[in-house]
Amino acid sequence: MSEHSMDDIKSHVKVYMLVFAALAVLTVVTVAASYLNLSTGEAIFLALLIASIKGSLVASYFMHLISEKALITWILMLTLAFFFILMFIPTVAFFDWVDIS
Amino acid sequence: MEIPYTIEERPDTGLINSKLGIWLFLASEVMLFGGLFSAYVFLRMGAPAGAFHEWGQELNVPLATLNTLILISSSVTMVMSWASLKMNDFKKFKMYMGLTLLCSLGFLVIKYIEYTSKFHHGIFPSTNTFMAIYFTLTGLHGLHVIGGMIVNGYFIGPGSKMWSTEPKHFTNRIEVAGLYWHFVDLVWIFLFPVLYLL
Repeated sequence: MSEHSMDDIKSHVKVYMLVFAALAVLTVVTVAASYLNLSTGEAIFLALLIASIKGSLVASYFMHLISEKALITWILMLTLAFFFILMFIPTVAFFDWVDIS
Repeated sequence: MEIPYTIEERPDTGLINSKLGIWLFLASEVMLFGGLFSAYVFLRMGAPAGAFHEWGQELNVPLATLNTLILISSSVTMVMSWASLKMNDFKKFKMYMGLTLLCSLGFLVIKYIEYTSKFHHGIFPSTNTFMAIYFTLTGLHGLHVIGGMIVNGYFIGPGSKMWSTEPKHFTNRIEVAGLYWHFVDLVWIFLFPVLYLL
């Protein structure tokens, strides 16, 4: 973000407070959801969904990604792609499973 | 040596150099934590069915929830310290930055209480694979909090002299320090459910 007028910043501050409230509420929601009787798969999906929403709020508003230059968006998309590859690697173990139990 | 384009945006990237630099650094940090999250998935897959969840029951959810709220608050005060500089209010900057540091300290104190209570109950990284990855992930995250506190401590202290000579440059420094701090918050937002709730 480059130049801002005073009014711009003041409206930003309002948004920061709304995001803060949303993050606090979602924190409580994610803890409450962990007490629901969900299957492991459902619980993981729900927890990661809420965390992703919270993460997007922080990245979009506190880190200003919503109004950031395209170059940074591209760098992050590339990073995200490699991150998902990293998360996928453990599942490769399913294809060559050694049962030691 | 003077680093160029710390105030003016570089024409080809459209960004100040420090901002591009911190984002590249954060991209590398995503991969650092990503590797450990990947290890978590692998260890969870390798553990007996339900064991990971059971081993995680030892952790203190209320304390971690409080810590999540503290870290989120510190992210808000951090962005407010930058916004204060944008509004030419140096006093408010100092106040918000001080609050950010206070929250960071609070986070570490709670983390310390959690760790010592685990040690007290004979729980160590060697106890099981869950505790191994728990201590590794939260330990690395804790080091990031300490790193952020050192940088923020510099900017509220000796580093803040720059405000009177180069206010724009200083404001940009706070924005960049903020980007790092929000990232530390972001990592915790994922660590909290993954380690404490699942």
